[in-house]
Amino acid sequence: MKKIINVPEQVVEEMLEGMVSAYPQYLKRVEGFDVLVRANSPVAGKVGLVSGGGSGHEPSHGGFVGRGMLDGAVAGAVFTSPTPDQVYEAIKAVDSGNGVLLVIKNYSGDVMNFDMAMEMAAGEGISVDKVIVDDDVAVENSTWTIGRRGIAGTVFVHKIAGAKAETGAALPEVKAVAEKVIANVRSMGMALDSCTVPAAGKPSFVLEENEIEIGMGIHGEPGTHRETLRSADEITDHLVGKILADMPLNKGEEVAVLVNGLGATPLMELFVVNRKVAEILKNKGVSTVKTYVGNYMTSLEMAGFSVTILKLDSELKELLFAQADTPALVQF
Amino acid sequence: MSGSTFEALAAIGQTIIRNRQFLTDLDAAIGDGDHGINMARGFEAVAVKLQSLGADKDIGTVMKTVGMTLVSSVGGASGPLYGTAFLRAASPSLGKYELDKETAALMLAAAITGIKERGKAIRGEKTMLDALEPAYDAFIEGSVAEKSLIECLELACEAAKQGVEFTKTIIATKGRASYLGERSIGHQDPGATSSYIMLQTLLEFARARE
Repeated sequence: MKKIINVPEQVVEEMLEGMVSAYPQYLKRVEGFDVLVRANSPVAGKVGLVSGGGSGHEPSHGGFVGRGMLDGAVAGAVFTSPTPDQVYEAIKAVDSGNGVLLVIKNYSGDVMNFDMAMEMAAGEGISVDKVIVDDDVAVENSTWTIGRRGIAGTVFVHKIAGAKAETGAALPEVKAVAEKVIANVRSMGMALDSCTVPAAGKPSFVLEENEIEIGMGIHGEPGTHRETLRSADEITDHLVGKILADMPLNKGEEVAVLVNGLGATPLMELFVVNRKVAEILKNKGVSTVKTYVGNYMTSLEMAGFSVTILKLDSELKELLFAQADTPALVQF
Repeated sequence: MSGSTFEALAAIGQTIIRNRQFLTDLDAAIGDGDHGINMARGFEAVAVKLQSLGADKDIGTVMKTVGMTLVSSVGGASGPLYGTAFLRAASPSLGKYELDKETAALMLAAAITGIKERGKAIRGEKTMLDALEPAYDAFIEGSVAEKSLIECLELACEAAKQGVEFTKTIIATKGRASYLGERSIGHQDPGATSSYIMLQTLLEFARARE
């Protein structure tokens, strides 16, 4: 293992310290917990938005704490859901009396830990609700799985629900718009290479020189199948094809696109991918009104990318274009 | 096993920590490769908590402490599941200092119910329940047949071991392994394995104290 770390056990702690040092204007640490909240938390008169999950997805989720997006982010151990007591602290720190919405990615561990935190907060009289993001079309949503995974589409939930909360909307309204995003967002990814969890010390899986993994999750968990490396256009065509098979788009509809790097993919390659995504959508007569390209929901140093498409209506579009001022996303 | 809950739990913790790599490797094959790491971190925290709790506490208090510690230190799916299991097992054992067959059966039943509720899982989905439920059934059979606590534990361990083997033959429908579909066949479930390891350690501990 070749990593710029001190000791594996301290990675999350030291990363959080580094983030607070870098962005004191945005962030502060909840003392004694792996929780980052807005520097001015709790923000009076608005619903608090809390997300989180295992670490290793930076800039998710702490990087999106700030005006127009999240109020708090909980950092678990690398690729491991945070514990209920940590989530509970985040809820308490951001609640201004208007309630808190939890944005959870659909993994058994995340759902159970956040659920336990909700029970703890409800016991304290805090009004808390949750949404569960499941945008990954790689895995079938059937009675045989726990449902789709939550991956990069989560960033759109943070952006749009965050913008809604900023307007002073009540908890049920913020939840409703978050659910609207979830119903209209789809993603799929692929990996060229694995990643190494610091505490594990070796790669989560091994791919041969010419092998790629299709439908990768963001935790080094295996995808749906492996195949031989193909061109960027062919791979992109396959991923977008899966997305469109699941969420058909009609001529004239508007979408936002996120081409997300998994950590070790050069922006050059992400732009090559985006070129193809834009072409496919254009050929369908679909209008791409906003595109994000970069590292938003990573998987440590994994090489690969995911494509996310969000179908917009006028409400989602307006909230997507609303201002955001966070360490990892600034939009004016 | 009088007054020895503390030591039994310490032994279980040590075994889990020793199997850190083994459990992590099992998880890397079908999950996200952190089961051993997370469980070891949890039981390292448990060891510290037990030290400050003292050795003179009743079984229920020890179980409750272990459960709370696991919930707040393991994370992932195992944290809430094992945490809930130990917390639930605390209820029937509060105020008891000696483990008898009846209490052990009640504890196991409460733990299993807790895991089912928290994880919304049933037997046959390639989870820890595939080790624990057969273990419970075998324990009860032994108990009905008037066998000793240790004999009942032996039957339970054997059933749990077979349960772990059984998980190799079935498709995962819960947890991250469920995304693999058919590809999860041939691999034993890490959670079922850690459950078996805990029961086996308890048995060995009880035998050594006999």
